[in-house]
Amino acid sequence: MLGTGLRYVEGVTTLEFAPDRCDGCGRCIDVCPHAVFAHDGAAPTGSSGGDAVVALADKDACIECGACVKNCPNGALKVRPGVGCASAIILGWFTGSEPTCGCDSAC
Amino acid sequence: MDACCGTGQEPAPPVCCGDGAVDDYPYDRGDWIVGVVDSAAGPIPRISTELSAPDARGRLRVRLGVRRQHYRVRPGLYAVGSPTPDAPVLVTANYKLSLDALRSELDGIDAWVLVLDTKGINVWCAAGKGTFGTRELVTRVQDTRLARVVAHRTLTLPQLGAPGVAGHLVPKLCGFSVRYGPVRARDLPRYLAEDGRATPEMRRVTFTLRERLALAPVELSVLWRPKVIAAIAVLVALSAVGSGGLDLAGWPSRAAVLLGAPAAGLLAGALVTPALLPWLPGRSFSFKGALVGAVAAAVLVFGLGAAQSVSGIVSIFAVAMTIASFTAMNFTGATTYTSLSGVVWEMRRALPLQVAGVVLALAAFVASFVIG
Repeated sequence: MLGTGLRYVEGVTTLEFAPDRCDGCGRCIDVCPHAVFAHDGAAPTGSSGGDAVVALADKDACIECGACVKNCPNGALKVRPGVGCASAIILGWFTGSEPTCGCDSAC
Repeated sequence: MDACCGTGQEPAPPVCCGDGAVDDYPYDRGDWIVGVVDSAAGPIPRISTELSAPDARGRLRVRLGVRRQHYRVRPGLYAVGSPTPDAPVLVTANYKLSLDALRSELDGIDAWVLVLDTKGINVWCAAGKGTFGTRELVTRVQDTRLARVVAHRTLTLPQLGAPGVAGHLVPKLCGFSVRYGPVRARDLPRYLAEDGRATPEMRRVTFTLRERLALAPVELSVLWRPKVIAAIAVLVALSAVGSGGLDLAGWPSRAAVLLGAPAAGLLAGALVTPALLPWLPGRSFSFKGALVGAVAAAVLVFGLGAAQSVSGIVSIFAVAMTIASFTAMNFTGATTYTSLSGVVWEMRRALPLQVAGVVLALAAFVASFVIG
């Protein structure tokens, strides 16, 4: 079985992708742990004349870790990164700050 | 002077290389350092690829949630096997489990191991926080004078370090380029043998039954915190009081209910729900946990037999289901596939219901005293 085989809540990810800024370098494909991206065979070649641009193969598998955004040289990706951790979120609500793992829990 | 960084000596010389940011911390003693390798930057500690009994004990300890923040190794440069200036540079975090997971897969391999100062946090969490980050990577490369040690200019990072590292910016900052290796260290030998080629499978995280169960003890470790032990003692004491005052005859059965329901809920949410995760209906953890909690409550009620009041049964269900739901919801932080947006989505729906569950449990509990 490829990957976890597990699915979480769908239709909520904050991931945004701008194909017109993509040059097909494929770094996002390398770093994504859930194969959200794949080279789009049907698309025209990218602006650098390299491989075809990248496409979203499985947007709902996105865990918003931010690896793709961090490693895209062209700013084609945006996401609101954060820990998918309930206790971190509760802590954030109480302290009025961003969700943060005290890393006392099983993170 | 040359041998100061990354030799695992105790105590550290006050200021050695770079900015001296490696603080005076009681790092793990380093029984896994088995020798020394020569390099153009001085002697580099050679580390073992075998895990010892102390390594296993340490791993057990942190998996049980005991002092997990204090299992670090000294950051810096290490060697595995007999690396030459052409050997690859493998980067990891200074959480000892991270280093152990890496070095135990490097049997027969010659490599340099660059350990970043992530304050003892594992690679993926540290990357999310930014401590396994571009700046720390560059600092460590410079502090260890890596450019003198190796002839090539490539750093091989674990893929799960990517959320913290802007790989395309690193060359400009320290002259080394970044390539992302596989998610799991055990795929590294094949990755390196095939000159840095990763299969799609190497780039996907998993969440197997074994991985899920390995996390259960930490979820359960709330049980062995002093405050919780104290609360349990209080509950046991309280259950000596029946509806007519002190009632020692009824004490054991009341204690069983008072402790049994929360225990059932905790086991349901922290152990059974993670174990059965793929097979439980629904996507949200709070729902899966509530379901398992209901089953656990039913088992408890059945096991306690006759002579239970309706309000007593209601309180058992309310307590077990609420604790199971909340505990399972907390497990989202330990998974490899939940997103922040998804967890917020389910929490907004689950928390009001969980609060209602607490209210119901209290009301039913009080009622069982009043009504009997």
